[in-house]
Amino acid sequence: MSIDPVTLAVLKGRLEQIADEMDATLFRSAFNPIIAEAHDASHGLYHATSGETLIQGKAGLPIFVGAMAFAVKAVIDKAARDGDLADGDVYIFNDPYDGGTHLSDFKLVRPYFRQGKLFCWLASVGHWHDVGGNVPGNYNPVATECFQEGMLIPPVKLYAAGQYRPDIVAILQSNSRLPGSLYGDLNGQVNALDLGIRRLDALLADYGDAVVAEGLAELRDRAARLMRARLADLPDGRWSAEDILDNDGISDRKLTIALDVEIAGETLTLDFSRSSAPCAGPLNISYATAVASCYVALKHLFPDVPANAGVLDPIRFVIPDTTLLNVKAPKPVGGYTETILRVIDVVFQVFSRIAPERAPAPAYGTINALSLAGHRKDGQRWVMFSFFGGGHGAHAGGDGLNHGNAPISTATIPPLEILEAAYPVMFRQWALRPDSGGAGKHRGGLGAVYEIELLEEEAQVFLFGERGTAAPPGVLGGGAAARNRFFYPDGEGMAEPALVSKLNGLKISRGQRLRLETPGGGGWGSPAERSEAAVARDRALGYVTKVQA
Amino acid sequence: MSEQRFIVGVDVGGTFTDLFFLDEASGACDVVKVPSTRGNEAAGFRDGLGRKLDRLDTVATVVHGTTVGTNALLERKGAPCGLITTAGFRDVLEMRRRDRPETWGLKGSFVPPIPRDLRVEVAERTLADGTVLEPVDTEAVKAAARDLLAKGAQAVAIAFVNAYANPANEQAALAALREVWPNPHVTVASDLLPEIREFERTSTAALNGYLQPVVASYLERLDAGLREDGFAGDLLIVQSNGGVMTVDTAKERPVRTALSGPAAGVIASAHIAASAGYPNVITCDMGGTSFDVSLIAGGDIALAAQTAVDFGLVVRSPMIEITTIGAGGGSIAWVDDGGILQIGPESAGSIPGPVAYGQGNDRPTVTDANVVLGRINAERPIGGKLKRLDVEAARAAIEKHVGKPLGLDAVAAADAILRVANARMAGALRLVSIERGYDPRDFAALPFGGGGALHAGALIRDVGLKSALVPRYPGVTSALGCVIADMRYDFVHTINRQLGQLDAAALAARAAELTAQGRRLLARAEVMFTAEDVVIEADMSYVGQTHTLAVALEAADLDDAGTLRGAFERAYLKAYGRLLDGIAVRLLNLRLAVIGRRPKLDLKRLAPTGTGSIAAARTGSRPMFAAGAWADTPVYDRLALPVGAEIAGPAVLEQLDTTIIVEPGQTARVDDFGNVVLS
Repeated sequence: MSIDPVTLAVLKGRLEQIADEMDATLFRSAFNPIIAEAHDASHGLYHATSGETLIQGKAGLPIFVGAMAFAVKAVIDKAARDGDLADGDVYIFNDPYDGGTHLSDFKLVRPYFRQGKLFCWLASVGHWHDVGGNVPGNYNPVATECFQEGMLIPPVKLYAAGQYRPDIVAILQSNSRLPGSLYGDLNGQVNALDLGIRRLDALLADYGDAVVAEGLAELRDRAARLMRARLADLPDGRWSAEDILDNDGISDRKLTIALDVEIAGETLTLDFSRSSAPCAGPLNISYATAVASCYVALKHLFPDVPANAGVLDPIRFVIPDTTLLNVKAPKPVGGYTETILRVIDVVFQVFSRIAPERAPAPAYGTINALSLAGHRKDGQRWVMFSFFGGGHGAHAGGDGLNHGNAPISTATIPPLEILEAAYPVMFRQWALRPDSGGAGKHRGGLGAVYEIELLEEEAQVFLFGERGTAAPPGVLGGGAAARNRFFYPDGEGMAEPALVSKLNGLKISRGQRLRLETPGGGGWGSPAERSEAAVARDRALGYVTKVQA
Repeated sequence: MSEQRFIVGVDVGGTFTDLFFLDEASGACDVVKVPSTRGNEAAGFRDGLGRKLDRLDTVATVVHGTTVGTNALLERKGAPCGLITTAGFRDVLEMRRRDRPETWGLKGSFVPPIPRDLRVEVAERTLADGTVLEPVDTEAVKAAARDLLAKGAQAVAIAFVNAYANPANEQAALAALREVWPNPHVTVASDLLPEIREFERTSTAALNGYLQPVVASYLERLDAGLREDGFAGDLLIVQSNGGVMTVDTAKERPVRTALSGPAAGVIASAHIAASAGYPNVITCDMGGTSFDVSLIAGGDIALAAQTAVDFGLVVRSPMIEITTIGAGGGSIAWVDDGGILQIGPESAGSIPGPVAYGQGNDRPTVTDANVVLGRINAERPIGGKLKRLDVEAARAAIEKHVGKPLGLDAVAAADAILRVANARMAGALRLVSIERGYDPRDFAALPFGGGGALHAGALIRDVGLKSALVPRYPGVTSALGCVIADMRYDFVHTINRQLGQLDAAALAARAAELTAQGRRLLARAEVMFTAEDVVIEADMSYVGQTHTLAVALEAADLDDAGTLRGAFERAYLKAYGRLLDGIAVRLLNLRLAVIGRRPKLDLKRLAPTGTGSIAAARTGSRPMFAAGAWADTPVYDRLALPVGAEIAGPAVLEQLDTTIIVEPGQTARVDDFGNVVLS
C-alpha cells in the first residue's frame, strides 16, 4: 500500500458524502412517497470493469447495497456486447433477473469517464409508483409470470453520448397508470447522477485520479480484512435453521427457506440448497436479490462493516437454481420483499446461536403492501399504496422496538393525515397491538393495528403480506410473536382471506372497513427470566393483557 | 428610582454562565463568566449579575438563553404530562413515523415522553376537509382530565386527528377541561401548531406539556429572584428560532426554547459578520462532544422546520438550522479493525475529558492531538480549573491507540488525528454550503465557543472558504447574541390546496390576521423596537411530490395564483435546475413571522482602543507542529493586538477563552471591530 492512512480516511469520508448527497437529492425531488418518504432508492459508485460496489449512500434502502453491483454488471455486459459505450450515456432498466429486486425498481446507470477512459460507474435506483401490470402499485399477489407484474425494460440508453432520448420516456410513460409521477421520479434520478458527476470531478481535481483509484482499491481490501476479522472471532462449526412463507399466492402450500451455515476460520458459507423449489406465484427472487438480502442480514449483525464489495470476499454463497431463491425470467418476483425478509430471519435465527449478543430475534417479517384504488366522482383515478409497520425482535440488550420499519428498509410511514387529505379514506384506528410481541427475557416489540374506512362509493383492495400462518419466532427460548391478520367486510361480519395475508382486487363500498393487525417481533431468551418489574410495567401500560402460559 | 440603563445577555451553558453587559448610557460593554449551577441555574445567573452590579434597578432588560428545556428533554426530566386524544389514536405518539434509531443493528428502543397509561382517548372526529364528523364528548374530556390528575399528571396536552383543518373539537375540549384542570399547564396542539402531520404535531404538543411545569417554575423562580434583587425591567427568553419572547409566552410555549442556547450564538455571529462586512458566513461551534455549524447567507440565518432533540422526540417549530457532527475536542480517535483511522462518535466529554486532563480517560482525543502538537498551551488550560495539561500522557495515548496500529510515531499520529478531524468538520461545512448550492468561495467561517479557532485555519483551506472571522470574545458569543436578538413570533397555517383551487383572497386575509396577531404580541411585550417586519413563506410543491420547498413571498403576492406559481418556479429552478411542465402546483402551508427589531449594538464598542503594538502583544514563543514540521512559533496576547495589526503564520494568538492558530502561509489581521480575520 502506498496511499497514506490519513488520505485514505479523508477520501473515504469525501466519497461517502458524494453518495449521501445523491440520495438526498432524489429524496427531496422525487414525486412518489415511496422514494420521498420511504427512501426506497439508493445511489453509489461502482467498479469500472466488475461493477462491484465501491461506495454506497447510507440513507438509501439497505437491500440495494448488495443488489446494485449486479445491476451495474448487467449494464457493463450490455455495453460490451454492443461495443458502443460513450461518455454521457445513461442506461435505464428494471430487469430484476440481472439487476435484482423487482420490476418497480428502475435503475439508471451512468459511466464516469476521465480523459477518455472509464473511471467508474454511478448508479441510481428508485421504486416507481406504478410500472403497469395487472395491479396498481405492482404488488400482484397472483402473478404467475413477470408480465403480469409490470413492464420489463432491459438496459437501454436514456441518454446516448449526452443526447436525451424522449421516445424512451414516452414508452415508459405509456405503460404506467401514473405517468406524471414516473416523469418526476425519472428526472430526480437524472439530477442525482448529474450531481454525482460534478462532485466526483471536484474530488478528482483535489486529489488526482491515481490517488482516488488507489484509495478505492485500498478501501475494498480493508473491507474484506474487516469482515475476515469479524468471522475469525466466531467459533467454527455448522448450524442450520428453517423458516416458512405462508404460500405463493396461488395455492395454499407452505414454502421453506432453509439455511445451512458453516464457519471455518475466516470464511463463512451460506447454503440455501434445502429451500423450496421455485414457486408458481411471486415469492421467487433472483440470485442477485438473494445475495443482497444476506448482505443486509450480515450488516445488521456487524454494523461496522462498510457498504463495499470487499465484505463479500470471505463469504461463499450456495444458492442453486433449483430453489426459489435463484429464478430466471419469466418467473414472477414481485413479492421479493417477503422472501428476503424470511432469508434475513433465518440468518438471525442461526446467528442467535453462534453469537447471541449480536443477533436480534426476527422482526415482524412482512411488508404488508396494501393498495386501495378507485375513481373519484370526476372520474379521476386514485391509488393509495403503502407499507405498514410492525414490531422489532428482542435482543440481548433489551425489548424490541414497538412499530418499527422493516430490516430491509429505512422507510417511514406517511402521516395518516396526509393519506386522509390525499385519498377518500378515514382511519378508524392507528394503534399499537397489545400481546403481539413474543414473550421472553426480553420481549419482542409490538406490532400495530390499522383500521381504514372507505369514503368514496367503491374501491378495489389488494394486499400482499406474509406471516399470516407462521408467526415470527423467538430465539434462545423466547416466544413467537402474534401472526399477521387482515379482515375485510363479508356480509354482516368480517372475514379473513383464504390465502391469509394476500388479497387480489376485492371490491368494497362506502362505509366499509378494512383491518390490518401486524405481527410484533420475536422474544429473546426464556420468559421465565423476565424481571418482575418488566412484567408489571408491560401490564400497567397495556403492552401485555393476557396471562402468560 | 435609578435610571434603567443596562441591557444584560445571559447564556447559561453546561459549564459556564456567560453574561454580557451593555451600558446604554455610556456605550460601555463588559463580560462576566461564572460557573454554572446545574439544577439551580438561577443561582449562577444571579451570582453573575452580582459580580458587575450591586443593585439590579439599573437594568432595563435581561435576555436569557436557557438550556433548562433542552436538558429536561435530553435527560427525560420533564413533568408527568397527560395526553387527551381521538379515540383510536392514543399510540400515535409512541408509534412515531415507523422509524428506528439506527439503520443497522435493530437494537434501538424508544420511551415516549408521555407513557401509554397517561394517554386517554375520547370520542370525537374531524375529517381531512375540516368537517366535524363527531363532536367531542366533553363529559369524557372532564372524566379523562380527572383520571389524569389522579394518576399524577401535572400538565396536559390535547391533540386530535385533523384538528389542523378545524380546531373546533379541540377548543370545545379545552373549554371543558378548564372546568376541572387546576393549573395553567394546558397545551392545545392545533393552537401551538396548526399544521398537517399528526405525529409531529402531537409530539410537539406533548413535549410542550412535558416541559411546561419545569420551565415555568424555573422562570418564575428566576423572575422572582431578580425582582428581589431590585430588578424592575423586562426579562426576555431566547427561542430556538433566534428571536426572543416574553416570559409569559415562554411559560406557555416552553418547547420553543429547545435550542435556545445555541440559537443566541448564531444570532450574534450574524450581527458580528454583517458589521464586519461578511454577509455570508458559516458559524462553527466546537464543543466537547460535537461540532455545530449553521449557514448565514446574505445576512439571513437558515431556519429548519423541525428537529429531533433525541430519537422520536420531534419538535416542529421554526428553529435555527444547526447541523451537528460528533467531532468535538473530546471525541475519541481510534483505528478500526480494517485499519482506518476514525474520530468519534464516542467522546470523553468534559468529564473525564481528554487524556491530558488527567481525570481518568486513557484514550486519545482531538484535544490531546492539539496538545501534543503544541497548538494548545499546556501551561494555561482554558477554563482555569486545571493547573496544567499532561502532554506526556496525551502523547503516550496517541502512540498506543493510533500510532502503533498505523505504523506512525506519536507526532505523525497526532497530526493524522487532526487531519481526519478537520476532514470531518470540513464535511459538515460542505454539507451546509456546497450541498445547498452555495459556492464556498463566497463564505467565511466564523468560529465561536472555545475550540473552533484552533481548527478554523485548516478548515478554510480544506473547504475553500475565503477566510475565517474570529470574534473578539468568541467565548461569550451566545451572551452577546441575547443582547441583540430581535423579538419574533412564528405562525403556520395548513392550506393544502392546488393553486387553481385556492381562494387567494382568503389566503391574503389569513396572512393579514396572523400579522395582526403577531403585532399585538409585540405590542403587549412593551419592548422598544426600531422596526417591525413581517416575513412570509409558503411550503409549496408540484402536485404529487411529498417534499415541499419553502418559497419566500411578499404580502402582495398572496392574492394572485399566477404570482404564487411564478415564485414557486423561481425557487424550484434554483433548487433543482429544471422545471416540470404541465404539472399543477400545490400550496401546503402558509408560514408567517412577525419580527420586532431591537436596537443593535455597535460592535465598534468592543474594538481595541489605545496604542498597543504587535511587539508589545508578543508574549513569547513555543514549538508548534504545522505543515509537517516543528517550528518555534511566536505567541501573542490576542486582546493586546491593535486594530490593523497583521501577523503572518505560523503564529498562535491566545486569549482567556480560546486559542487561534495562524497556519503557515496564512495571515491574521485585526479588523476595525477587533475581530481577527484569517486568510
